[in-house]
Amino acid sequence: MEKILELSHLGKSFGNHVVLRDINFSVKKGDVISVIGASGSGKSTMLRCINLLETPTSGEILFHDTNILNKENDIPAYRSKVGMVFQSFNLFSNMSVLDNCIVGQVKVLKKNKEDARQKAMQFLTKVGMEPYIHAKPRQLSGGQKQRVAIARALAMEPEVLLFDEPTSALDPLMVGEVLNVMKTLASEGLTMIVVTHEMSFARDVSNHVVYMDDGFIVEEGAPSQLFSEPKEEKTKAFLATILAEK
Amino acid sequence: MISEMNFLGRIIYILQSYGVSYLTGAGTTLLIALVSTVIGCLIGFAVGVIQTIPVREGNERTPGVYFLKLCQMILHAYVELFRGTPMIVQAVFIYYGLAQIWGIQLGMWQAAFLVVSVNTGAYMAESVRGGIISIDSGQMEGAKSIGMNHFQAMISVILPQAFRNILPQIGNNLIINIKDTSVLSVISIVDLFFVHKSVSGALYTYFESASIVMLIYLTMTVTVSRLLRLLEKYLDGSENYELADCMDIGNQMHKKGA
Ligand SMILES: Nc1ncnc2c1ncn2[C@@H]1O[C@H](COP(=O)(O)OP(=O)(O)OP(=O)(O)O)[C@@H](O)[C@H]1O
Ligand SMILES: [Mg+2]
Repeated sequence: MEKILELSHLGKSFGNHVVLRDINFSVKKGDVISVIGASGSGKSTMLRCINLLETPTSGEILFHDTNILNKENDIPAYRSKVGMVFQSFNLFSNMSVLDNCIVGQVKVLKKNKEDARQKAMQFLTKVGMEPYIHAKPRQLSGGQKQRVAIARALAMEPEVLLFDEPTSALDPLMVGEVLNVMKTLASEGLTMIVVTHEMSFARDVSNHVVYMDDGFIVEEGAPSQLFSEPKEEKTKAFLATILAEK
Repeated sequence: MISEMNFLGRIIYILQSYGVSYLTGAGTTLLIALVSTVIGCLIGFAVGVIQTIPVREGNERTPGVYFLKLCQMILHAYVELFRGTPMIVQAVFIYYGLAQIWGIQLGMWQAAFLVVSVNTGAYMAESVRGGIISIDSGQMEGAKSIGMNHFQAMISVILPQAFRNILPQIGNNLIINIKDTSVLSVISIVDLFFVHKSVSGALYTYFESASIVMLIYLTMTVTVSRLLRLLEKYLDGSENYELADCMDIGNQMHKKGA
């Protein structure tokens, strides 16, 4: 399959605090990659680097073989192809659900309003939020907000969608509704990178799992391999603790 | 003779003789305050937006960034200068001072609008800057994540929220301007206070005239603050939302053909 994204020797420090040391991995079209690891291991930072919400301090990010860290690169245009879903939703609180899903298409993709509305409705229906198009974000539950946030990202028709712990801020009851949407997207072939603590998602839905610790990728592989016969001691220890918590 | 009348009689006499002057004066006051507050807000938003332009990591040493820093310094000086000096002195400086030194003679109306607008702009610039940085950073990140650039995100996402949050301060400025235009009588603007000075000077009825004028000021400021409350309510929208039913969705989908 065609390679979409490749991280090569990616590093990131905040001042003298080194958070990402040497990250290498690549994403092919249709991949569903789960990123797991302890708190503080650098998972969010890596995802935010991919979307350039943080500027990496070393290494390269190749998107279709072009290094997007080159100065001439058009960052907004790149971001419109690499969507992001945040733990804290980040829906625009001054807009209705529908407008949240329209504004990017109109302002960034320069679509006309009617086409944008149709596309927005299509994805809001997909996540089951079409009855709430007139609501403001503050009037929705966490799970509903996250489904709208997913629809907003999908409406840009990105090539890759990044998820940073999309269910961590949700009540247990609402986790399922969001995970179900994500499962559907995965089965439809959307390319996704998902930072998650939901081991069942990592094991059952993704086709590739990346385990991070202290700014390194310690181990990666198919979920069947990584979960049942991890090679590294650190991976074993991490899986043991996290599975014991459940 | 007016000195033989009682309080009420004097009030009625003053209103009959000078009522139109008071109203015209009040009109002038309101006009200068409203127009200058609007212009001042535009200035304040422009300055506040420029003051909060972020510099991308790694770009610190480019000419563009140096130019931005220079602009920000100049704007900062502007804010300090006009917040830190009394408006009455600014008015005298611009109207008489500029003429004396550089031969720039502004009309008194131009000078009046200029002084109040620029003064309001300086106060609003700080409110807007505060309004912008108080918006949760997730809003900007959400906007960037779908490919908006900084200014698109400002216009569509950040400023509408900042505007709502600082609306009480805008109202405050408007009320202050209604009252503070009274200092413009130093440059001969015939505002409400100027009318008061003329009337009370001619009739020696300070108490009565001042009562009338205070009541007019109070009416204007109370009305304005009521109207702003209504605007706030309107902007907040309804507490409830309509669930879109299938028909509605069908209509939305079909509108394209229409
Ligand atoms: N803006 C920042 N400035 C300074 N340090 C930061 C910043 N963002 C993150 N860090 C640090 O980077 C390290 C990794 O953080 P990161 O959020 O990437 O971890 P994570 O793996 O996502 O953890 P979690 O599972 O808790 O979300 C942490 O030690 C954190 O304190
Ligand atoms: Mg994180």
